[in-house]
Amino acid sequence: MDRPQAGGHKPHGIARGPWRRQRQTTHVPPPTGQIPLYQLEQRNRPDVTQLSSVTLVILSHRSLWMDRSERTSSAKPPSQVKNGTNGTMTSLPATLLSDLHVQYIKSLDTIVPPSEFALLASRPEFTGIWPLQKKDDLEYWLTEHLRVNGVYWGLTALDLMNNIDALERDQVIKYLQDCQHENGGFGGHLNHDPHLLYTLSAIQILVTYDRLDAIDVDKVVSYVRSLQLPDGSFSGDEWGEIDIRFCYCAISCMSLLKRLDAIDVPRTVEFVVRCKNYDGGFGSQPGSESHAAMVFCGVGALAIVNALHHVDADLLGWWLCERQLGNGGLNGRPQKLEDVCYSWWVLSALSILGRVHWINKEKLISFILSAQDTEAGGIADRPGDMADVFHTLFGVAGLSLLGYPGLKSVDPVYCMPKHVIQRVGLAERYRV
Amino acid sequence: MADAFVPYNKRPEWQDITPIPQDDGPNPLVLIAYSSDYTDAMNYFRAISSKNELSERALDLTTQIIGMNPAHYTIWNYRQNLLLALNKDLHAELEFIDELSKERSKNYQVWYVASAVNPDFRATHYISPTITRHHRQVVVERLNDSSRELPFIAYILEEDSKNYHAWSYRQWVITRFDLWSGELPYLDELLIIDVRNNSAWNHRYFVVFEGPTKPTQEFLEKEIEFTKGKIRLAPNNQSSWNYLKGILARSPNPTTADDILASFCAELRDSEIVSSHLLASLVDVSEARAKRGDKTSLNQGVKVGRGGMIGYTGSPRLLYDAWLFMRCFETCLIFMPPVNTRLATTWQRSTTRSVKNTGCIASRTC
Repeated sequence: MDRPQAGGHKPHGIARGPWRRQRQTTHVPPPTGQIPLYQLEQRNRPDVTQLSSVTLVILSHRSLWMDRSERTSSAKPPSQVKNGTNGTMTSLPATLLSDLHVQYIKSLDTIVPPSEFALLASRPEFTGIWPLQKKDDLEYWLTEHLRVNGVYWGLTALDLMNNIDALERDQVIKYLQDCQHENGGFGGHLNHDPHLLYTLSAIQILVTYDRLDAIDVDKVVSYVRSLQLPDGSFSGDEWGEIDIRFCYCAISCMSLLKRLDAIDVPRTVEFVVRCKNYDGGFGSQPGSESHAAMVFCGVGALAIVNALHHVDADLLGWWLCERQLGNGGLNGRPQKLEDVCYSWWVLSALSILGRVHWINKEKLISFILSAQDTEAGGIADRPGDMADVFHTLFGVAGLSLLGYPGLKSVDPVYCMPKHVIQRVGLAERYRV
Repeated sequence: MADAFVPYNKRPEWQDITPIPQDDGPNPLVLIAYSSDYTDAMNYFRAISSKNELSERALDLTTQIIGMNPAHYTIWNYRQNLLLALNKDLHAELEFIDELSKERSKNYQVWYVASAVNPDFRATHYISPTITRHHRQVVVERLNDSSRELPFIAYILEEDSKNYHAWSYRQWVITRFDLWSGELPYLDELLIIDVRNNSAWNHRYFVVFEGPTKPTQEFLEKEIEFTKGKIRLAPNNQSSWNYLKGILARSPNPTTADDILASFCAELRDSEIVSSHLLASLVDVSEARAKRGDKTSLNQGVKVGRGGMIGYTGSPRLLYDAWLFMRCFETCLIFMPPVNTRLATTWQRSTTRSVKNTGCIASRTC
């Protein structure tokens, strides 16, 4: 098997893959397996027999400055983390660096500013566009199919940070028009096949801009309707993959277009309820394990059509609040590591169920803030990792749900700015 | 596959094709930089897909591109068309996916995400392993042959025992090909390796209740004993607690189910076990009993959310237990009177002591 020919870039050798590049490498993974009875404190203690004496010295030193609460999580010490891309030790940011994040998102769709281009081109190492690419190249083309999602993530984050004009509105709309297919669906990028995931993102962007007039809405409606199956579920595209995510996409999309009448809502609800598990959560398909992101899709879809009576709010709320770990971050399933994006998936569901106070807000806020890149901007999945636009949105949106000052309110059901949802008259029609 | 990449414009069999470069417009919103090999292959792909060419060389081209970027769903779609149109041997296709998945699983974690570090939803969004999984499902469905599937899934689960896609694919395979019989022994094994494997517990529930034969009362009793054993092993394991409550919730007689849970909790309490799930279960039992109008036999329980207490029944000694528990987990949780929750209001009504008594403990804890 050939390896990806990405021009000899280093992610090849990294065991965790290019999309999880870390800004530093001193991460000690938590051991898996059984925890001895009562020995809770040993949970994340590394197996000392396997470590060199040097490491042991470092570990014992670590324990001196480690906060007690840190020992049950994989997090780095709270006071100092290598935060910058060059690995310098900096203090953790105590506030949201909005200006930096706005710059970061803006930088994603350019190679270099024109003003700097001439200078770079005059350098001896200049060999064309490739080395100048701002984004890490391998990841960038691997995620080509997510470009429309990327615009939605970026735009929504920008609007929540009061900077919606940082992207060229007309350019975005022209781009989306080019991504729409004859059958009404949107592809993830130019020349990519249509899919529900990107169709929803496109509609979300257009509604945010109040520019639904720029596309043929009826075609979108018939495209979404064509993907519904007899059991009420939706396939993501004509190839027939079925997933609760697509139910959410369809319902959210039709609701934003005010065309819920075009699909069979009761049957969709039936399918979503079939994805509910004994622990109160939702899985991607009937029988699949509960997963916080699927919980968001299930609860969000039911909230839109005001069918939350199918959810046991106490049972699910308990499962959701159990997602918070000692360092304040949230995970997506039991025994998984925390990740900033779950600040959205878990929190939005708790918010819809009216149970945000079941988690520790202060600790979650400081966890999200600690995952910021204080130099290049953006928010990563967890402290020390590379930032990306996906986690930037869900970090910012999570902070917004937690009432962080200076951010616009986000709607927990649509993951769009609340003022947009109010403008289109869809605000909070559900009851728990 | 070839060791060195030969650009398509240097290959004789591609000379009749004029590649179509990506047209991002004069002022693209999102510029994408490609490696030259990938760009080259994609230019030829655009050319052949624009005229819907269904040929061997087109299939080779998709193999090449998928090797470089398996998340490109448009290529997979085209490949499915090709396989059917050319009437290709689907066993060979399965081998291709096998190799791709295993290779990826080790080096790039595309089909699945090997390290415990990587949250899989991000993978779903970023690298879309569901595409490969779905493609495999389509191929296997057509072949109507499951012989390779369970060993393949077991291989993936050996690398990452909580791989979401592998587990949901496993559920499809055992349902579609009626392969239920080996599941419980397999799960026993996995739970011995890791009793906290929530995916395995979830699959166990699926096997027990979605299988072709309805579980007998006797079987369920054995299953309850099995789960109790696993809880004794790791009393703070929420997966086994949820599973136990999940089975009990299917019981035709809720009163007996509550009694089973209550007596099990009492047994653990007698052995001085400190477990948040144990204390929370006591609240659940009491709540269930209260709902049936039985308020006499209150169990002592306390439900502590990550942001504070959300349910409480019994004596202040319980609060001390809860406090102990929180110290154990080193999560400093603030006790606060529960607000606006149905659970809390139920319990404020039915507890003998006011929740507000917790104030003194709050000052000690935080």
